[in-house]
Amino acid sequence: MVRHGTIATMTEPTANAASDGSRRDRRGRRSRRPRRRVSVVGVFGELLVTAGVVVLLFLGWQTWWNSAVLSSQQTSAAAQQSKDWLSFGHEKVTPDPTATPGSTEVPAPPVEKEPKQAEPLAVIYIPRFGSDWKRIVRESVDVESVLNSFDAGVGHYTGTAMPGQVGNFAVAAHDTGYGNAFIDVSKLRIGDPIYIQTPQGFYTYRFRNYEYVQPSAVTVLLPVPREKDVKPTQRLITMTTCNPPYHAQERIAAYGVFDSFQKTPPTAIAKQVGK
Amino acid sequence: MYAALWHVLPGPVWVRILILLVLLAAVLYVLVTWVFPWVDGMMQANEEGTVAV
Repeated sequence: MVRHGTIATMTEPTANAASDGSRRDRRGRRSRRPRRRVSVVGVFGELLVTAGVVVLLFLGWQTWWNSAVLSSQQTSAAAQQSKDWLSFGHEKVTPDPTATPGSTEVPAPPVEKEPKQAEPLAVIYIPRFGSDWKRIVRESVDVESVLNSFDAGVGHYTGTAMPGQVGNFAVAAHDTGYGNAFIDVSKLRIGDPIYIQTPQGFYTYRFRNYEYVQPSAVTVLLPVPREKDVKPTQRLITMTTCNPPYHAQERIAAYGVFDSFQKTPPTAIAKQVGK
Repeated sequence: MYAALWHVLPGPVWVRILILLVLLAAVLYVLVTWVFPWVDGMMQANEEGTVAV
């Protein structure tokens, strides 16, 4: 019926067609169709709004979703690495030849060779960051293969000291995003333990102080931080990350001092090592 | 564009809403699984580390 009418109006004068059309409008859905117009501006606007929503979604995904996923992956990767080293670490246990019975002097801890780019050299535990917080430390601070990686999160500045070595064992990690490894760095208190596990055993460093610096302040990585051409006598750890959280205008450097070395897991983290 | 989509969808209002939700979920899945990681990778290429982030 409607179809007949439509064809008929096409042959009729314009005035008739208009009245005919309005009559049909009241009757049903079908006749409403010709009134809908697709506006170019309207579609463009909708596309822009959609693009805006997608960008916001991406930022949310990057900051929260992806970071939470990476954080859990990095934690389990660290647990696996820790377990592997524990099992073959025991075979490597050798009595320290420099240790003399009855000596009060603390023997120098073992020092591993610096590994190749992106290879794991340590698992870092910082109880202040949470009882289950741990990360693999890989060689270099390459963004893609180390800092943003699902099985690392913390990177060792190539050329700086290795764990236990005299000088500055310098590492970096994101504060927010990509696993939030060092998000809680500013919560450290003086004396807080920082445990570094390598195939050799466990090194304990203790947090000493912070320094807030510009991103260009690479002197925090020197063997004696901030002092050029000075021969180091101490074993230090330096942890660098972005500051403030969610931004990157500054860097925060957290320094720690070597305290002790032992073959077996320290009591404080014994429960979570290799788990 | 979205008005046109609404009219193209069949069935009563609740069926259309259901279809839209399924479509939205599919779009989100594609974004999170492929698009966002890809964009993220593109952005990393432009990053430079000094005292790293």
